[in-house]
Amino acid sequence: MILDILISGLIGGSVYALLAIGFSLIFGVARIVNIAHTAFYMVAAYAIYFGTHKLGFHPVWCMLASVVMVILFGLIIYKLFIDAIREHEAAVLICTIAIAMAMQEIILLKFTGSFLSVPALIEGFFKVLGVKVFYQQLLTFGLVLLILAALWLLLMKTRLGLAIRSTAQDREVANLMGINESRAAMITMGITVGLAGLAGAVVAPLTILDPFMWMHPLIMMMAVVVLGGLGSLKGSFVGAYMLAFAEALVVFLIPKGAFLKGSVALSVMILVLLIRPEGLFGVAFEEER
Amino acid sequence: MKRLKAGWMMLAALCLVLAIGLPCWAADVIKIGVIGPMNFTQGQGHWNGATMAAEEINAKGGVTVGQKKMMIELVKADSNEFISLTDATNAMERLMTQSKVDFVVGGFRTEAVMAMQDIAMDYKKIFIGCGAAHPELCLRVAKDYNKYKYFFRGTPFNSMFLVQTSFIHLGTVGAILKQSLGLPQIKVAVVGEKAVWTEPMIKAAEGTIPKMGMEVAGVWQPSDKATDVTAELSAIQRSGAHIIFTMFSASVGITFARQAGELKVPAVQVGINVEAQKDGFWQATQGMGNYLMTLNTYARGVEYNELTSPFVDTYVKRFNETPTYNADTFSAIKYSLVPAIEKTASLDADKLVAFMENQEHMVPSGKIGYLKDAEGRPLHELKWGPGYLTSLGVQWQDGELKGVWPNKWKATPEAPEVTYKGIVPYKIPPWVIEKYKK
Repeated sequence: MILDILISGLIGGSVYALLAIGFSLIFGVARIVNIAHTAFYMVAAYAIYFGTHKLGFHPVWCMLASVVMVILFGLIIYKLFIDAIREHEAAVLICTIAIAMAMQEIILLKFTGSFLSVPALIEGFFKVLGVKVFYQQLLTFGLVLLILAALWLLLMKTRLGLAIRSTAQDREVANLMGINESRAAMITMGITVGLAGLAGAVVAPLTILDPFMWMHPLIMMMAVVVLGGLGSLKGSFVGAYMLAFAEALVVFLIPKGAFLKGSVALSVMILVLLIRPEGLFGVAFEEER
Repeated sequence: MKRLKAGWMMLAALCLVLAIGLPCWAADVIKIGVIGPMNFTQGQGHWNGATMAAEEINAKGGVTVGQKKMMIELVKADSNEFISLTDATNAMERLMTQSKVDFVVGGFRTEAVMAMQDIAMDYKKIFIGCGAAHPELCLRVAKDYNKYKYFFRGTPFNSMFLVQTSFIHLGTVGAILKQSLGLPQIKVAVVGEKAVWTEPMIKAAEGTIPKMGMEVAGVWQPSDKATDVTAELSAIQRSGAHIIFTMFSASVGITFARQAGELKVPAVQVGINVEAQKDGFWQATQGMGNYLMTLNTYARGVEYNELTSPFVDTYVKRFNETPTYNADTFSAIKYSLVPAIEKTASLDADKLVAFMENQEHMVPSGKIGYLKDAEGRPLHELKWGPGYLTSLGVQWQDGELKGVWPNKWKATPEAPEVTYKGIVPYKIPPWVIEKYKK
């Protein structure tokens, strides 16, 4: 059972981390609370379905194409709807809610409300100490770790990463230092929706596609971000695994109460916030940013 | 030349008269509202069934109402009831006030149908429910007949009968496993999504399964939208269950079937899995839902009576999918409403109710008759059992949904055996045989 919990927690946590880091990054850099973040994740999953089932392409090509498409789509959305109102955080928040709802309705119209799925890249399972683990789960876990490592390298070892981190730390000073803050925000938007698209691509074979599939991850992702501390990438990473392990523990230890996993995870978040209102790695005061 | 001119003028006058007269012809229509969640399979089934009925009736010249022929006109109303109950009530209100329909068929979620029922009853319009199974919808008819008499259940039979039928399926499969695999004691894992409708069913299962000579191995309740149930499946496997008795109406039914099939969990699935009733289930589970058995209304090649095959075959040809029970809007219009209108020669709701509640008639899924409560009050609730509606037990067998029940079924020891044409034997999954065959 311990291994069950470990595997379930690691995979769930990795996906939450992938989503939450993207959400946290764009908030940190551009102060954009992108509620549509998980809607991009949904769009990627549906794009893979469309590519594999309607166009007959191999899932790997569809996954790559879906991520590129989602990045382009995200940038267009950013330019058309977000850029102009970027300084007004509340307006951005409402705007992204509207964008997410619009995406949901478009998918509902195009694909109806039927539950769909995409094939696993590798079918079957293997046993570890008697526990059955899907190859697809292992692949997803590996891919997520790779993506997170690549993101870390990008942020820590490149000039672009430095610019993004500088902007996240202090936009005005970064601007004074010659960093094109607006461009950094746009590139970050591309990276973050790309992360959402990647999350959708790696998770699609493990989940069920429906036009409302963006809502549950949104709640969990926001919980992760709040738990970890708004704008803190490290916090998002740790928070994601904490909540995923909380969920896994509930499912395995209380089978009759498995449906409570989301509530228990959110209760963990509330408990942590009672002790540290700024989150695990958040800053206590806005002025400190 | 003058004559020619006069001729043209007369022709123009005739055209004018015809044009003015056209609305009078247009008024000679029977408007039927078809209400359902139109962006979802259920609503599409409602609309498809009704469309087929209207087309067939209109192609034969329409409905004879006394001395005149009236055509059927359908009005589509998207209740959006999965997302918003307000949308559902607004859609029904629009049907009543703007579209001014004569009758309504459809509805799916009990909560929505109850709200829509009230509106239709206020306007004294006959509403044939084609989706919700809660008994309360018909108990209202008995409790307040004058208000609710315009509501009839069209499909499915109520949830108590659905549960009863599921237990019969469970017993049937248990007996097959016992006999084929030589298992002395059958263990059953009860798995129901966390929802209001499964709570009484889980309690009933915990009480009934031991009485059926089987053992309850445990109860699991995943979320109705769970996307990973490997934890539950691991635990079920550890419990040594031979049968998984399912109660799923939401997406978890797909997740559960897909992961159980992929992990080759050595237990057969029987019960209710609404998603498994649809043709899209095979794709949605990537073929991993093989050998799953669920309660259903239609299966290609299975005939309840002489009306089944023409309906199912035409529906498949027209819409390229097997009809779900929501497509019984076809029966509601073609076999319930229209014959009643023709026989009473009236569109008057009170006259029609008086006629319909005492009628028994064949439909593609069996025979419709209406129950009365213990005090003899009309319920407008469907009769269940041999000779009436029984539904089917269907099993996915290599990409096809096959009818496997009733197969020599006896409702009571003295009752005659029931087997519908086209029923095939139940198949045990090979990995279950491999695990238990001695």
